Amino acid sequence: MAQEKKLRLSTAPHIHCKQSAQTIMLDVILALLPCAIIGVIYFGKNAARILVLTTLSAVFAEYFSQKVAQKPVRIRDLSAVVTGLILGLNLPPTAPWWLCVVGSVIAIVVVKQLFGGIGHNFMNPAMAARAILLTSWPVRMTSFVYPQLFSQGVDTVSFATPLQGGSATLFDLLIGNVPGCIGEVCKLAILLGAAYLLLRGVIRWYIPVCFVASYLLFARLFGADAIAGVLSGGLLFGAVFMATDYTTTPMTARGQMLFGAGCGFLVALIRSFGTYPEGVTYAILLMNVATPLIDKYVKVRMYGERGRAA
Amino acid sequence: MNKKSLRSVFLNGVLTENPTFRLVLGTCPTLAVTTSAKNGVGMGLAATFVLIGSNAVIALLRSLIPAKVRIPAYIVIICTFVTVVQMLMQAYVPELYESLGMFIPLIVVNCIILARAEAFASKNGVLLSMADGLGMGLGFTAAITLIGCIRELIGAGTVFGLPVMGPSYEPMMIMILAPGGFIVFGSLLGLANFITSYREEKRMLREEAEQ
Repeated sequence: MAQEKKLRLSTAPHIHCKQSAQTIMLDVILALLPCAIIGVIYFGKNAARILVLTTLSAVFAEYFSQKVAQKPVRIRDLSAVVTGLILGLNLPPTAPWWLCVVGSVIAIVVVKQLFGGIGHNFMNPAMAARAILLTSWPVRMTSFVYPQLFSQGVDTVSFATPLQGGSATLFDLLIGNVPGCIGEVCKLAILLGAAYLLLRGVIRWYIPVCFVASYLLFARLFGADAIAGVLSGGLLFGAVFMATDYTTTPMTARGQMLFGAGCGFLVALIRSFGTYPEGVTYAILLMNVATPLIDKYVKVRMYGERGRAA
Repeated sequence: MNKKSLRSVFLNGVLTENPTFRLVLGTCPTLAVTTSAKNGVGMGLAATFVLIGSNAVIALLRSLIPAKVRIPAYIVIICTFVTVVQMLMQAYVPELYESLGMFIPLIVVNCIILARAEAFASKNGVLLSMADGLGMGLGFTAAITLIGCIRELIGAGTVFGLPVMGPSYEPMMIMILAPGGFIVFGSLLGLANFITSYREEKRMLREEAEQ
């Protein structure tokens, strides 16, 4: 770790290691498992069904769209599995089957394959699909329930999430005794996944940490309860799993810090002044779109370049 | 200038140089009013009427209009026809008039109309110009009606106001909002490009085989 500062993951020159798209995706899936398992324990059979459905339909969509486009079928790189799993974890546990399938098809076909497949999408596919679902079926996408595990049998009544005005203690927020999407409620599981990804070197701390720090700063400025805000809604899940997507985030360390800070600022802005109670999806999508701009202005100085600082 | 037949000029507007899918002109009404099939037809026919009229008058006056002030002159002629269409629609189809709203007067700045005036009517005779206006107008109408049908079908479960998707269908609301317009238009544009390049490729292969 002492060499960390000298060997930042950045633009060329690089040192080769055995990482490949497949191993990275496998690590992400492993990191998502705590969230998925906790989600299924908390919300029961329906949550399991949603996760399986989104994952399977994402893989099928990837397979068929690559067949139709006469491209090599690359479902073995597991990126479709990750997209499907993340989308499933972002759905409310009450989601009907068709919502899962439509969401996965949109994510893979419209957002990913139409723009050229892995590495070419300009937005995080799972996030964009979630945004489209949210706009199309707002009631379906916000029918949240309390985890079955804690509520005795009243699992069919929908409740307001803490961000929509429901009440919860900090401890409830941390263990996930709140209504919300399948994967986002239990913050401990997310932190476990984050720790794994950081240790494996799959993600760097720049984006998640700057995301949370900037949210804390701006939420405080805007007069919101910053600590509870970090632990509510999809902020942590988004910061760890979705704002760190390689394709749609800047390449340089400074660019990534800027990206994270921008996400945090936008979330605080939308939550405090927007008409939506939650803004993580839109914040990340907006910063995804701003990524080429960040990459253009935050450059690494070329080796041997002199004069004007980059 | 080669001799052109009325038929080839007409078909050119409908297919080969379809204003929406091939020339990508008039995208503002294409995206804004296609929330339903009915709006698509209404806007398309209104634009067709203006296009035929303005093309005819501009072709008639083409030798009288000084080149330096041709754009203002064209705009005045186009405005006249748009005003006529606006008043007619307000009188006879008030519902459509209400739902198209601001976009009827905006036909004035629809770039299909100015583009055809500049590129075709100012250089050709009256009959040819009218055929061009009719072809371009109907091509535009067909394109935006298609977009309107798709958006209305997915976004509201109806086509021309008739329910087709069954009672258990939950409409995908985004399709009748602005993003839906961009998604459908972009997908169809991609499809049109695909078909064009596919046909071009086949034609080249055939020519090679003949040689």
